[in-house]
Amino acid sequence: MRAQRFQDALFHQLTRFFAFLVLAILVAILASLFYGALPALKEFGAGFPFSADWNPVLDKFGGLISVYGTLSTSLIALLVAVPVSFGIALFLTELCPPALRAPLGVAVELLAAVPSIIYGMWGLFVFAPLFADYIQPLLSGTLGQLPFVGVLFQGPQNGIGILSAGLILAVMVIPFIASVMRDVFEVVPGILKESAYGLGATTWEVVWNVVLPYTRVGVIGGVMLGLGRALGETMAVTFVIGNAHRISPSLYEAGNSIASTLANEFAEASSDLHVASLIALGLILFFVTFVVLAISKILLMRLQRSEGEKT
Amino acid sequence: MQSPTVTTRDMSFSQLRGEPAAVAAQGAEPKIKIRNLDFFYGSFQGLKHINLDIHEGMVTAFIGPSGCGKSTLLRTLNRMYDLYPGQRATGEILLNGRNVLDEGQDVNALRAKVGMVFQKPTPFPMSIYENIAFGVRLYESLSRADMDNRVEWALRKAALWDEVKGKLNQSGLSLSGGQQQRLCIARGVAVKPEVLLLDEPTSALDPISTAKVEELVHELKSEYTIAIVTHNMQQAARVSDYTAYMYLGELVEFGLTDEIFIKPKRKETEDYITGRFG
Repeated sequence: MRAQRFQDALFHQLTRFFAFLVLAILVAILASLFYGALPALKEFGAGFPFSADWNPVLDKFGGLISVYGTLSTSLIALLVAVPVSFGIALFLTELCPPALRAPLGVAVELLAAVPSIIYGMWGLFVFAPLFADYIQPLLSGTLGQLPFVGVLFQGPQNGIGILSAGLILAVMVIPFIASVMRDVFEVVPGILKESAYGLGATTWEVVWNVVLPYTRVGVIGGVMLGLGRALGETMAVTFVIGNAHRISPSLYEAGNSIASTLANEFAEASSDLHVASLIALGLILFFVTFVVLAISKILLMRLQRSEGEKT
Repeated sequence: MQSPTVTTRDMSFSQLRGEPAAVAAQGAEPKIKIRNLDFFYGSFQGLKHINLDIHEGMVTAFIGPSGCGKSTLLRTLNRMYDLYPGQRATGEILLNGRNVLDEGQDVNALRAKVGMVFQKPTPFPMSIYENIAFGVRLYESLSRADMDNRVEWALRKAALWDEVKGKLNQSGLSLSGGQQQRLCIARGVAVKPEVLLLDEPTSALDPISTAKVEELVHELKSEYTIAIVTHNMQQAARVSDYTAYMYLGELVEFGLTDEIFIKPKRKETEDYITGRFG
């Protein structure tokens, strides 16, 4: 009896230790990032994230270009990946013949298993030339002619830049979002869908009005998972974003994301201030992902609370 | 099980006598005529040569042990089985004289005409109001005021209005099980179908909610043709005008409910309704 109680207590302590270890590591990473970034934050102050300077020769640094690159590529990735993933999940759960369901599902999951360096190489050597030769002229000729948004699709058509990085990111996050969506769509009770079909609803009406609201918490979770991956993705983005410290209204222009800046410059950072600025960028990335996560949690809580109010 | 309570109704049994059990002609042209219906789940035959008439403005009950095909039969009437590959039906189901099993049949339009309520309450994840309005919007575009009226009308039909009129914007999931099921009935009624299929509508409900739903069936039958599947023989005896007893995919006996419950023609039917089955 006593031995069992001791075992239980030991188990309790051990698991608690593991759980708190995660917290400790998180705090330690945050602290070391902050400590490393301190010289840059002292030098450039709170304006660091909003300054477009990045000049290693003059030792002037600011995060705006990289932050813009990270946010814009991730946004493009989500804009493309969310509808496509929704389509994939919809097809796999509602429309796909059973014989095709397993192979297609596995293919989507395998896409997630491709290492990001492969996406980067493929993006640079295969995707970028094709994109430059066919897609970019097409986009310039159509969307590029529109007022207001037109400027986004004009500029050098060399297949490298913010838009290319965003599209490669989209391909990379699609498997995550699509497989989460598929999984949550699959748990919708058949009888609920039948009830909607029973009223004469089409597949689209059933999915849009019943399945999606029923699974929205899971769907938002899947999108956030994809966004988290897009924000932090390094290798593939570094290959195709162009790595230029410029900020331009055109999505065809080369840019830099936080992750690609870090990957490119850490090895050859000349001054202490340069290193500190890079670490400060890392800190910003940390905060951006944290904020995204927090926003998604708040969004979910709001959704649940509005349900709660209705209850 | 004790023998079921049976209400006596003023009906002529004479015209039934001597007719094949499957076809009980009752004057007017039946709403639904089922002829030589076979149904397959892949290679398994779930229904065998069903011949049956469902009469307008009447309640037809389907009874029988689990797996006898009564729910399957119901699901052929609105072609719900179409959603699942490998399931198919052959034969004829004539609704208003048109075969709904035809290739060219618009299944969505069919399902709008033949509503269905399921074993478990299945409110959609939206407000009570939207639960009703959703189905109506699929086929009609009503003004806000007309929609309000329709929602109230349907909720009144389902005897739910008084309980929910103050909280139409609350989630349908916030209602109790019995209320949810009546919401589902209201939802089915709101689109003004011609036929209402009830697939064990009270199997998940407590006795009080069950009584309410049964009362509802009684109220609704003046305007709708109702087919109800039930495991509860007393319920079949209480709510239905016609009863079909099914066993292993076959229609064993079909006739006026009073007839079936008082003096069934077939021994198997008698054994089942008196609880000596098996």
